[in-house]
Amino acid sequence: MSASKAAASPPRRRVSPLRYVMPGIVLFWLAMTFIGHAVAPYSGAAIQDADLFEGMSRKFLLGTDYLGRDMLSRILEGARFTVGISLAATALAVGAGLLLALTASAVGGLVDQVLSRFLDALISIPSKMFGLVVVAAFGASIPVLIITMAIIYVPGCYRINRAAAVNIAALDFVAVARSRGESTFYIMLREILPNMVGTTLADFGLRFIYVVLLLSSLSFLGLGVQPPDADWGSLVRENMPGLPYGAPAVLMPALAIASLTIAVNLSIDAFYGSRRAREGVH
Amino acid sequence: MAPLIEIRDLRVEARGDDGQPVEIVKGVSFTVERGEVMGLIGESGSGKTTIALALMGYARFGCRISGGTVRSGDTEVTGLSEAALRKLRGRRVAYIAQSAAASFNPSRTIMQQVIEAARIHGTLDEAAAREKAIGLFRAMAIPKAETIGERYPHQVSGGQLQRLMAAMALITDPEVVIFDEPTTALDVTTQIEVLKAFKSAIRDRNTTGIYVTHDLAVIAQIADSITVLRHGFVQETAKTGMLLASPAQEYTRNLLAAAEPARRERPALVETAAPLLKVTGLTVGYGGLDAEGMPLVPVVREVDLAIRQGEALGVIGESGCGKSTLARAISGLAPPARGTVELGGKVLGPGLAQRSREELREIQLVFQSADTALNPRVSIGEIIGRPLTFFFGLKGAERDRRVRELLDLTHLPASVLNRQPGDLSGGQKQRVNLARALAAKPRLLLCDEVTSALDTLVAAAILDLLAELRKELGLTTMFISHDLKTIRAICDQVLVLYAGRVVETLPASAISARGHHPYAKLLFSSVPALHQGWLDGLAAPAMPASATEAQGREGCTFFHRCELRMEGTCDRIVPPPRQTPEGLTVACHHPLEG
Repeated sequence: MSASKAAASPPRRRVSPLRYVMPGIVLFWLAMTFIGHAVAPYSGAAIQDADLFEGMSRKFLLGTDYLGRDMLSRILEGARFTVGISLAATALAVGAGLLLALTASAVGGLVDQVLSRFLDALISIPSKMFGLVVVAAFGASIPVLIITMAIIYVPGCYRINRAAAVNIAALDFVAVARSRGESTFYIMLREILPNMVGTTLADFGLRFIYVVLLLSSLSFLGLGVQPPDADWGSLVRENMPGLPYGAPAVLMPALAIASLTIAVNLSIDAFYGSRRAREGVH
Repeated sequence: MAPLIEIRDLRVEARGDDGQPVEIVKGVSFTVERGEVMGLIGESGSGKTTIALALMGYARFGCRISGGTVRSGDTEVTGLSEAALRKLRGRRVAYIAQSAAASFNPSRTIMQQVIEAARIHGTLDEAAAREKAIGLFRAMAIPKAETIGERYPHQVSGGQLQRLMAAMALITDPEVVIFDEPTTALDVTTQIEVLKAFKSAIRDRNTTGIYVTHDLAVIAQIADSITVLRHGFVQETAKTGMLLASPAQEYTRNLLAAAEPARRERPALVETAAPLLKVTGLTVGYGGLDAEGMPLVPVVREVDLAIRQGEALGVIGESGCGKSTLARAISGLAPPARGTVELGGKVLGPGLAQRSREELREIQLVFQSADTALNPRVSIGEIIGRPLTFFFGLKGAERDRRVRELLDLTHLPASVLNRQPGDLSGGQKQRVNLARALAAKPRLLLCDEVTSALDTLVAAAILDLLAELRKELGLTTMFISHDLKTIRAICDQVLVLYAGRVVETLPASAISARGHHPYAKLLFSSVPALHQGWLDGLAAPAMPASATEAQGREGCTFFHRCELRMEGTCDRIVPPPRQTPEGLTVACHHPLEG
């Protein structure tokens, strides 16, 4: 009966400052992916100072790392790897998962069964283990990382998108298209896909976070991006010796990872929250 | 004596799309005397349920009671605190919802739920409440009253569940009972039993009721007075007899006219030798095939039918009788296990894949719910235009011209072209649904319950449109409905389906004549008539109509509910169709007279 209590005063829409701050952070990191090199105050590869694990100063805003390189520059340059690789892997995973899901739902029957069981088998392999094996076998180049992470996340994307697509495929307007004799391809792209864009985009955002975290863990274990390049996971690992000194060099790349994942997550929430309010869907 | 319920200038606000409050009930006042039933009637969105809920001091999510007073007995409901409202609800004011199936908790026994209100409010102890519940079950004419409480909700039929819900409402002897469309989801033959049970319960207990419905014929049987609502305003309030005999408002007169739809004008038929559509021995089902090649769960069994050029065939039957499956099989969406579909003398392939594009074009299916039959992300212009491109290769200006013609034909304004289905009203959506089917220039139009989800007046307008289209385009149609009045209004021939079998075929003009199959007779006599006292005048059915036993492969499908059944014959042999002197084709072993 709490609903009537809520009814006593019409619910106000809360406008949270997070709605603008969080997408801002996401946009900032996206921009750094492309212009990180250009705006970095120093070259990330060059040793600037003899002093290692320096604290934050006006000269080095985020201190220096274990070789005395400028930490801010290294993080800005690392964005290219963390965000870039993750975006590519996510796009591949979501694209493949979406395509397979649309096929499974539009064709149905045996195709659906075979695809679902095969991807179920794939989903049961622990992701880090799978990554370890592939990197051990093929070495840790960037294309290998992208493809490995895409394969790891295809089954999850498939599951989510298939669940959304089969519900739509069961609706009458799809039956109308079928009874008109439309091709499976038309039904997938014109009838089903436009109705599940929201779900797919939300899944893209979440999947991106998973990929960022997996890439960071792989790099932290030394299996990801290899020196001299460094993504944020590598930055955390190589500066581990600074931990006893409380050096910002360990903390800052970790904070960068956190800021990106949290901002993406909250941006999706805010986007869908306002959409729901607008469309009156509870 | 003061009336028991007094609603004065009631206003309810909802939050609109733009976040601004919108008034959905705009100053409604009426009173109900003790022991009387007030009927609230109106189309969807008229505020009838909102008003009924306000009697419990309740407003749905996003709504609030913004003004006016609701008094029940000596209690001002609108001024009560949340705690006081909890004491009121289920104790002094009880509610019976439209869908009993959705209102029962599937994981608890019926008895636990029926006596819950009595236990919460502490009116009775457990044993006394159980005893009282069983008494109520008997009063509601529920079979096996002693043991039915131990079952779970999915184990009883929909009609029984609705009556059990009434028992749940009455367990605390409330002063006021709110009936919110309690029979709308039921088949007509079931609706009668439920209405009878409600009526006797109301009379025996001197209960005061608010009965919400959109069906004038139903409300005429139950209510003492009727309030007609529209757009949140009261149109008129009058004693039932007065309202039916001499409605004061234009709107009420329209409602009355639409409740008994007149037979629409129909074109004269050309007697051609070969029918346009011929269906022979059609059996459709699901769940795989058995050793004999029959589906494990047959939905449509050995159906024969024929429709002549320009004819409208009505298919009637209760929910689950296979009406829609029949249409889907004819259109190719549900491939039959056996039997053939012939269009214009040519046998069509069983499934979509085996039919040519031209064959697909010739049969168009119009679905019941325009909400799901139109892709919500596609503009109306594209929805209607797609078949034009697909079948006729029309593009650009030529296609636009044809789309506008179709909009014109279905009386839609050209302004809907660029809008999406969500921006249209229910009636408009159904017109778009029709226009899309007509775009393919079909030879046969299958209409599956196209008016069932619409308000009475909107449905009447769609019926007019269909009659007009038949006249202008010479369409051949198969019109599926569960509503006899609709079928009678626009069809030439009627096919009565029961549990997947055709039990009778008759001309629409013979619907009230003699010599019907027992099921057809039951069905025809179950449709509420628009005058008071119709329900009281009905003879009690000789057999309980709720015995839904598993249907065997052999024998008459209606065996378990038939009052004329003959053991040894009817349960063994499928009755063959037989011509009667009255011009009907009846599948029954019994020599039928009256």
